[in-house]
Amino acid sequence: MIEYTEKIRAIAKKLLEEKTVDVFIGYRKGTVPMMNEPLLIRDPARADLLHWDSNCGLNLCNYLTKRTERIGVLANGCNSRNIVTHIIENQVKREQLYIIGVPCTGMIDHRAVKRAVGQKEIADITEKDGSFTVKGKDFEETFKKADYLQTNCAACRHRNPVEYDEMVGAPVEEQEAVDPYRDVRKIEAMSPDEKTGFFQQLITNCIRCYACRNGCPLCYCPTCFVDESRPQWVGKSSDPTDTMTFHLLRAYHCAGRCTDCGACERVCPVGIPVRQFTKKLNKDAEELFSWEAGLSLDQRPPLDVYRPDDYNDFIK
Amino acid sequence: MTEKMFSKETWLETLRGLTTEYTVFVPVKDGDFHVFQPLEKETVPDFDYQNARLSPKSLVYPQSERMFEYSLDEEDPERRILKEAPKEYTPRAVAGIRPCDAHAFQIVKRNFDNPEFRDPWWVQRFESTTLVGLGCNEPCPTCFCTAMGGGPFHEEGLDVLLYDTGETYLARSCTDKGEAFLTNAGGGETADEKTLKRAAELPGKSAEGMPESRKVDPVREKTINDLFDAPFWEEVAFACINCGTCTFLCPTCWCFDIQDEVEGKQGDRIRNWDSCMFPLFTLHGSGHNPRDQKFQRVRQRFMHKLKYYVDKYDDGFQCSGCGRCVQFCPVNIDIREVLQLMSNDG
Repeated sequence: MIEYTEKIRAIAKKLLEEKTVDVFIGYRKGTVPMMNEPLLIRDPARADLLHWDSNCGLNLCNYLTKRTERIGVLANGCNSRNIVTHIIENQVKREQLYIIGVPCTGMIDHRAVKRAVGQKEIADITEKDGSFTVKGKDFEETFKKADYLQTNCAACRHRNPVEYDEMVGAPVEEQEAVDPYRDVRKIEAMSPDEKTGFFQQLITNCIRCYACRNGCPLCYCPTCFVDESRPQWVGKSSDPTDTMTFHLLRAYHCAGRCTDCGACERVCPVGIPVRQFTKKLNKDAEELFSWEAGLSLDQRPPLDVYRPDDYNDFIK
Repeated sequence: MTEKMFSKETWLETLRGLTTEYTVFVPVKDGDFHVFQPLEKETVPDFDYQNARLSPKSLVYPQSERMFEYSLDEEDPERRILKEAPKEYTPRAVAGIRPCDAHAFQIVKRNFDNPEFRDPWWVQRFESTTLVGLGCNEPCPTCFCTAMGGGPFHEEGLDVLLYDTGETYLARSCTDKGEAFLTNAGGGETADEKTLKRAAELPGKSAEGMPESRKVDPVREKTINDLFDAPFWEEVAFACINCGTCTFLCPTCWCFDIQDEVEGKQGDRIRNWDSCMFPLFTLHGSGHNPRDQKFQRVRQRFMHKLKYYVDKYDDGFQCSGCGRCVQFCPVNIDIREVLQLMSNDG
């Protein structure tokens, strides 16, 4: 992953110099280990700030919404699928974009790494050839990246970009034998009461900061339902019913659109596995409509199409 | 000033003994992070910790607080009359609070307890709370308390400060409240030479491990308008997703919103934490929003903490340097970097 950095800088520099794009959106290396910062540059001389490694787990598609310039943007598998979704949903135009495809071997789960070093403070992380090394006061440990992937990356079936203008490297091998819905089936097997309990337990630590919503490229409504004040749909206090209402509605707004990029889960300051809310909907979309979001610009998403001859009975 | 020495085991027993006089809050490991919880029979405190993920400000200033209640029952002769909701002010102690978080209470106090206004609930809860701090032997890479006028063994805002000297804690009272706490605690031994010497060395050793703090004074000299119109805000704000992580984890953010919630015939007036990152924060009744763009909201957060507060009170920043927003900002917006920009380029 980190080996793409030089190539990315060169491409960005060229695109800006030749005025193919007005701005370039990528990442810069973070001031805190395992936290890179999304960055927009206009000046080709600043291309050297760009950085790519296994800690780019946000979703750059967030930063495309309603922009009007010509944009160069980095996209790995899931980010490219979100860009496709954005184009289909008229949030940005394909012709505005110059997509630099980044084959991806997954992002590091920063919480798992901290757990592995006993929550000690990590001062630095470096990666090389499928491993990474973390250092802190009095310790240095090397791990295999494959063992510390974000759970969405470990079960990812689209590591290579689906839409791009240029690739930074040869495609990586796709993971064929992964089962992205193992945890969903466990929940499906629960009784209704157990399910209620499971989801209530999941959000007990929620502080309603809305990072999961705001980190998600699908959440671009000009006014979110939780911010509506006339009428106000959801209470603002820490009442568990309101918190649950937020999480359930957020998830349902993502139905048939979510690419399981994992940004929502990555950004949560209290570590709630919020993908548990969206994954069942992804599974349903796949099983009921043979649909995975963002794979093609030529097909409308299942929830905005109605066909009288739909082969599913439940919709007639 | 009282100085007493407790072995770590005795200290825990002492805290347990104090639960008859105080509700004692202690850091407890809950999954991947620490939270302050009341010390009960089954509670396992963990003082070998960096800091709690959520700041202890909520112990005095809860995220949601019922201020008043009222009846909407037409049969009730007192219908629609606001009555104060019952609140709890029994004595409490927060054991193991870090000096940055205690310093933060002094900052927040400016808003809730000043010559002009006294917020009755904040004041009563704060006054019934004893802050028993634990000095930081090993600051985090994201700590910058020393740049904000505090320090890993800073006593301001604390009632008692504990020095972890290895086998023992040296407890030093800093206020009358702290004195009373140690008296209530009883036990402990007079500190021996060895412990005193070790304790005296700790702040220096800790300071060596502190990330180097950079010059932040120049921001005081800049004019508000120059900083307000500075060219860097667009870049600072670019990555921001406008979530409330920084403000809700911050021990010094104090803004709130007041809402009425009604269920059946019962109404509650609730005060909830608010966040200047949220678009609703400054939305006017007219529909106009003076901060309807992301960069305006981001600028407000930093200008409030690092400039407006500084100019208004002339006593440091509205930040205690705990580093939570640095560590947990999901997009790595780093207040230390912003402070540098404001100091240099404004």
